[in-house]
Amino acid sequence: MHPAPSVIIFTTLSGLGFGLLAFLGLGMPSVTGWVAFVFYAIAYALAVGGLLASTFHLGHPERAWKAFSQWRTSWLSREGCAAVAALVIMAIYAAGAVFLETDWRFLGALGAVLSIGTVFTTAMIYTQLKTIPRWHSPLTPMVFLSFAIAGGALLAGRESLAPWLLALAGAIQLIYWAKTGKPLAQSGTDIGTATGLGDRGAVRAFEPPHTGSNYLLREFTYVLGRKHALKLRVIGFALAFALPIALMVIPFSGLMLKHLMAGLAVLLHIAGVACLRWLFFAEAEHVVGLYYGKR
Amino acid sequence: MEGGQMTELPAQTDRKMGLVIDLDTCVGCHACVISCKGWNTENYGAPLSDQDPYGADPSGTFLNRVHSYEVQPQATGAQPAPAAQLVHFPKSCLHCEDAPCVTVCPTGASYKRVEDGIVLVNESDCIGCGLCAWSCPYGARELDLAEGVMKKCTLCVDRIYNDNLPEVDRIPACVRTCPAGARHFGDLGDPDSDVSQLVAARGGMDLMPEMGTKPVNKYLPPRPKDRIEDQIDVLAPLLAPVAEEPTGFLGWLDKALDKLPGGNS
Repeated sequence: MHPAPSVIIFTTLSGLGFGLLAFLGLGMPSVTGWVAFVFYAIAYALAVGGLLASTFHLGHPERAWKAFSQWRTSWLSREGCAAVAALVIMAIYAAGAVFLETDWRFLGALGAVLSIGTVFTTAMIYTQLKTIPRWHSPLTPMVFLSFAIAGGALLAGRESLAPWLLALAGAIQLIYWAKTGKPLAQSGTDIGTATGLGDRGAVRAFEPPHTGSNYLLREFTYVLGRKHALKLRVIGFALAFALPIALMVIPFSGLMLKHLMAGLAVLLHIAGVACLRWLFFAEAEHVVGLYYGKR
Repeated sequence: MEGGQMTELPAQTDRKMGLVIDLDTCVGCHACVISCKGWNTENYGAPLSDQDPYGADPSGTFLNRVHSYEVQPQATGAQPAPAAQLVHFPKSCLHCEDAPCVTVCPTGASYKRVEDGIVLVNESDCIGCGLCAWSCPYGARELDLAEGVMKKCTLCVDRIYNDNLPEVDRIPACVRTCPAGARHFGDLGDPDSDVSQLVAARGGMDLMPEMGTKPVNKYLPPRPKDRIEDQIDVLAPLLAPVAEEPTGFLGWLDKALDKLPGGNS
């Protein structure tokens, strides 16, 4: 799949933003006043910024409001509804915390559930696609959810919890890679079933339908060199999980240094998740490539 | 064009209009590709745009494309070296009964009609997110770069019910134009229709049945290739060399020249 920057930015930042909102909704940390304002500003910048980035890949962003209507069948529509619900509920909860110094517990818990639910709906947009065997697995929502929760813990400053959650997310990423080695080859779909000619002999794409490129080839047949894939996996894993964990468990002396290192851990984690998300798209193979002999 | 405004699929449709494509008959001329582009650029919906059509990197939106595949049969005792077969393969929307492109649509722009099963896009509701194209295993949907909306085969819905056209033209443009008669149009939900009988007689098949999309369009498999080995020698006796070795004076000259120094080059 073509790794579109808008979608990578969206899933990376929104995942972190909703992860942070979930922790704030659960009162971890239980903040009020100016401190709360800063926390919520960061969470909303990430969540809303990501959502805005996602509209850049639309052909008609001005019609995006229509996407709230089809929640009965469409995960993309459900994502839109869940995101707006989470943002509205958490805004009310945040207003209470910032301006009234109150903690509306029920509202916060509801907002936390909706925030995590939004990340789940995002994951299901990809998970539902039978046409992309690598994504069509329960591991996909586990990756999205564990990343968002770990990133949220990191941003929320949960010093004792975050290293464990980062380790868990890293482990799930490793399992995702291990279990989805050659998903298209193992899916039972090949050029033989695509053309219906497979039981007559070995099928080979002889001539493409056209000499130039087209939308399908640009969108679905992105091919990533295997050598680069391995390097990027190592880089992404180190940045997203290994280095932030190290920065959090190494005892630094002094509050200032500790805060600096936590900030650095957040930045490294964001860069790492963006790298891993890029791989999530770039490594995914769409079955339509079979028709073009590209698989 | 009326819109079914929910992306829930109908439990069943009154008819299942669709195409039957004969892979045995298709000669790969691409006339259906051109007639499709022509009709659907000039009629319903946004035109099918081209980008850089006369430049170095031309590309464009098409609703129907013709691939060509080589099928190499396995060697058997009876046929130790079977000839490979070239199969031309037109591909457009299969108007699936369980169309994933419809249910994923967030706006209700994509829908399947109850009356005839045709899958359509209401272009004024389409936000161009591309998710329907992601969900389609067949590559039947292409996002038009000029309009930013999703384009797909309409089964020429603006021809087949069009009273302004002569009756003979009230079929999809690709079917009307095919010079080989490789494309057939009709109701595949009616077991007595011509297309259903053709599918039954020729063993019509689904593409990627494992995807569970239940395509309405069917493909008729190519017939086994004629055994070219049996007939290749029909003209061969007439083409055999008349004199292999020169005789008489030319024969003596040939030998004499061979004996001169310089080798038999």
